[in-house]
Amino acid sequence: MDILRVLEQEQLRDDIPDFKPGDTVKVHVKVVEGTRERIQVFEGVVIKRQGTSVRETFTVRRVSYRVGVERTFPVHSRRIEKIEVVRKGVVRRAKLYYLRNLTGKAARIKEKR
Amino acid sequence: MAKGILGKKLGMTQIFTPQGEVVPVTVVESDSSVVLQNKTVESDGYNAVQLGFGTVQDRKVTKPMKGHFAKAGAKPVKFIRELRLAGAPEYNVGDTIGVDVFAEGEIVDISGTAKGKGFAGGIKRHHFKRGPMAHGSKSHREPGTIGSRMSGGGGKVFKGKKLPGRMGGHKVTVQRLTVVKVDAARNLILIKGAVPGPKGGFVVIRDTVKPMK
Repeated sequence: MDILRVLEQEQLRDDIPDFKPGDTVKVHVKVVEGTRERIQVFEGVVIKRQGTSVRETFTVRRVSYRVGVERTFPVHSRRIEKIEVVRKGVVRRAKLYYLRNLTGKAARIKEKR
Repeated sequence: MAKGILGKKLGMTQIFTPQGEVVPVTVVESDSSVVLQNKTVESDGYNAVQLGFGTVQDRKVTKPMKGHFAKAGAKPVKFIRELRLAGAPEYNVGDTIGVDVFAEGEIVDISGTAKGKGFAGGIKRHHFKRGPMAHGSKSHREPGTIGSRMSGGGGKVFKGKKLPGRMGGHKVTVQRLTVVKVDAARNLILIKGAVPGPKGGFVVIRDTVKPMK
C-alpha cells in the first residue's frame, strides 16, 4: 500500500493554489491544435472538488452565451499551465449543484472579505 | 527467447503521461525472480525455465523442496512457476531476473489467480439475462430453461450447460497488456489496466503470445 502512495505522491503538483468550491478561478489549459500548442483560459465558479491525491478533480462552471458550460479537470494534470484564483466566495456547501438551477442575479456568490 | 518474471500485485492507481493523459495502471512488484531449474528436451521432454518468487517461512518448506532450493543455491520461495521456452534455456540456475527485462511500451500477458466469488448465479457467472422484475414474474435471476423434451435425444441436460456454481479462484490470463513504466530502482513494473487477482496476489508476466501487427 505504501509504495502506491509514494507513486502518487511523486506526481502531485505543488504549484496549485489553494481554492475551494465557490471560488472563481481562471484555468489556463494547454490545448493541442494539430502540431501547435496554445493556452486557453477557462474562467468560472468552482462547483466541486472531488477525490484525493492524484485522482482529485475539480469542476468549473461558467455561463457562456446563456448556455451553462462545465469542465472537469484533474487538479494535478500536466495540461494545466496554471490556476489563478480571481475571487474567493462564501458558500455553505461543498458541492454547488444548486447553481445549475439558478441564473442571473440569483446565481451570484457572496465574496469573502 | 521468451521473457518472463514473477511478481506481486500491489494495487491500482493512475499516472499522468508526459502528454498529460491519465492512464490507469496496476503496480506489480518483482524484486527478483530466481531461476530454480532449467528443463530441456533431453532431460524433461520439453524446454522450460522454472522461476521462483516471494519469501516463505522456513518451517513451511518441506524437506524435498529444501533440497530443490539448495540445488539451485537459492533461498526457499513461496511461488514457483515454469515458463515454456521455444529453444534451450539461456539462464543459469541461481540467476535472478529483475523487472528490467521488460521495457516501456512492451506488450505482455499476465496470469494470476482470480478473486474467489463463491457460489455465483448464472447472471454473474455467465452473463445470463435476467427475467422480468414485475408483471407477475417470479423468475428474476433464475437460469430459465436448461433443456427441452427432445434435447440430447430425449430429455437430457447437455453436459457443460452453463449453470450457477463456484466462480473465481482459478487461473486467469489477460493478454496484450501494455507496460507503461519500469522502475528498476524500486523493482516496480506498471501495467496499463487491470490484472487478475487480489492485492498481494502473485502474478506471472510474460511476453505476449499475440503480438500487435
